[in-house]
Amino acid sequence: MFVQNNYPAISLSNLYFSWGSSGNNFRIKITDFQLKKNESVILVGPSGSGKSTLLSIICGILRPQKGSIQILGENTENMSNSVRDCFRSDHIGIIFQQFNLLPYLSAIDNVLLPLYFSKVRKEASGKTISKISAESKRLLDVLGITSETLGMQKADTLSIGQQQRVAAARAFIGSPELIIADEPTSSLDEENQVEFLDQLFSQKEATGASLLMVSHNTQISKRFDRLIELEKICDTSSKKEKF
Amino acid sequence: MIITRLAWQSIMNRKFTTLLTILSIAISTMLLLGVEKIRSAARTSFINTISGTDLVVGSRTGGVQLLLYSVFHIGDATANVTWKTLEDIKKRKEVKWIVPIALGDSHRGYRVVGTTREYFNRFRYRRNIPLRIAEGHQFSDLFDAVLGADVARKLNYKIGNKIVLAHGTGPVSIGKDHGDTPFQVSGILAPTGTPVDRAVHVSMEAIEAIHVGWETGAFNDQGEKNSPENLRKMDLSPKEVTAMYVGLKTKMSTFSLQRWINTYLHESITAILPGVVFGQLWSMIGSVEKTLFIVSSLVVFTAILGMIISILASLNERRREMAILRAIGAKPVQVFTLFTVEATTIAFLGVIFGFIGLYGVLFLIQPFIESFTGLYFEISAPEWNEIILMITIVGAGFLAGIIPALQAYRTSLSDGLMIRG
Repeated sequence: MFVQNNYPAISLSNLYFSWGSSGNNFRIKITDFQLKKNESVILVGPSGSGKSTLLSIICGILRPQKGSIQILGENTENMSNSVRDCFRSDHIGIIFQQFNLLPYLSAIDNVLLPLYFSKVRKEASGKTISKISAESKRLLDVLGITSETLGMQKADTLSIGQQQRVAAARAFIGSPELIIADEPTSSLDEENQVEFLDQLFSQKEATGASLLMVSHNTQISKRFDRLIELEKICDTSSKKEKF
Repeated sequence: MIITRLAWQSIMNRKFTTLLTILSIAISTMLLLGVEKIRSAARTSFINTISGTDLVVGSRTGGVQLLLYSVFHIGDATANVTWKTLEDIKKRKEVKWIVPIALGDSHRGYRVVGTTREYFNRFRYRRNIPLRIAEGHQFSDLFDAVLGADVARKLNYKIGNKIVLAHGTGPVSIGKDHGDTPFQVSGILAPTGTPVDRAVHVSMEAIEAIHVGWETGAFNDQGEKNSPENLRKMDLSPKEVTAMYVGLKTKMSTFSLQRWINTYLHESITAILPGVVFGQLWSMIGSVEKTLFIVSSLVVFTAILGMIISILASLNERRREMAILRAIGAKPVQVFTLFTVEATTIAFLGVIFGFIGLYGVLFLIQPFIESFTGLYFEISAPEWNEIILMITIVGAGFLAGIIPALQAYRTSLSDGLMIRG
């Protein structure tokens, strides 16, 4: 799927989403939100403010009731589920808070995983198996995981800090245009946080990706182009987030 | 492809629980295939209780009854057949050999079979195995007896022991024994796993001899006349037989001779093909094998149920795994496939190991089993019904896998990316 370069990475307008139809359910309304190409945005908000729900909508896991979502210039809200799954795997790299990896695969195999689901990213990281494997090792090394040793280990034998780097390598492999990170540093200590963010940003620069990170930690916000408070752009109405 | 690999690696990751699941499926497969093996071995062994005998002839009666008393020594004949009839049948050109059987006496609950020496050469069982005399020799004297293996073992008889036969076939024979004409054990047969093991064999002449004085049905002691010395001098050529085993020169003539015998005018007699009647008898007692089959099917069902439970139990801890797969672009269908592939693989491995295990065990115990139980297990490529059974178990594993897979499918749809570890 060819995506034109000059579109914003994310553009939401008049978005409305609700868990179920009853009035008490959690709802999100966003009139306008933009993440420009190459931009890095940190989205902050207290827990329960709907950050994770918003990320699910952007990633195309949840479908909004109203409004439009443009990712890299493509309207995803009307895509079929299967097309959206393909779109996600082709264009979006996702890093979770923790437990990012399949415990029974090696670090390298975890990094390679998205390439089995996305032809686009497979071709972007080199067509042959040796090139792909070299690329995954390069990414791991760049992110501070020695591919020759740690890379061969099973994911569940790595420390949490190491697992987050492997997850970052997986998000970046095949150079997807958009990186979504859901509080990726919250399980790390301060020293690891700094190092992780350094590496994340240098990879972002290297691949030219746009970055949307969700966090409730405003201390790290100075690294980002913009800080957006969810409450400012979003009209949520519920006592509690569902998850 | 990647899904298959992920399924395999996920199985390997939970080696211990998976191994137990595979083991339980393997054991149940062994049981099911084993029952199937035993069933077919028992059937073959039963149907071939006598082989090599083309026709069994006795006085007119039902086929099953004739077979029961002439081969299994169960029940009694309603009437005997005269020796003249035997001679008439023997004169037929189709007949190669004929062995008479005289029943009606017993020794401590074991049937006495009066017959000729030819019996020991002509009687064949199972895979055409001839009788073998383990100790001693065939009867040579009038009062010699050859014991079946069980008789000798249970009653602890040795060559040369004296035994007394009883008139009639009841277990208790007080006052009805042939006490004045004791027999001497001349030979003991090797075990066969057939009714032969539980029979005492004596000559036709001996049967005549011990019944001198019994012509009225009750013993009429004529003193001197019944002494063994006197009996030896008498003409003891047999006048009656209970049944006869007939061997033919060619199997082609079986039916024509059977028809000739069944329409024999001088006496009402019946000829049966033992294999055919054994088949009828087997189908009568066949419900036992069905029960066995049902029980072992239930064991397989339980094992598969165990597999569903273990996969379902792992689902919750694997919600994270599903969210990761969804995040990198796996479709819910692929998550579904992952779980069905896992279940099918486990069932497949279980069946393969069960199959190998069964054949390994059979290979080890086959020689002992035949001598102990008389069941002969043929170790050959699996029969079609075994292959179908194995495919059915794998298929059941696949179908069972759908339950956790559906659960995973629904979870991966509703969870999306949002599971917090």
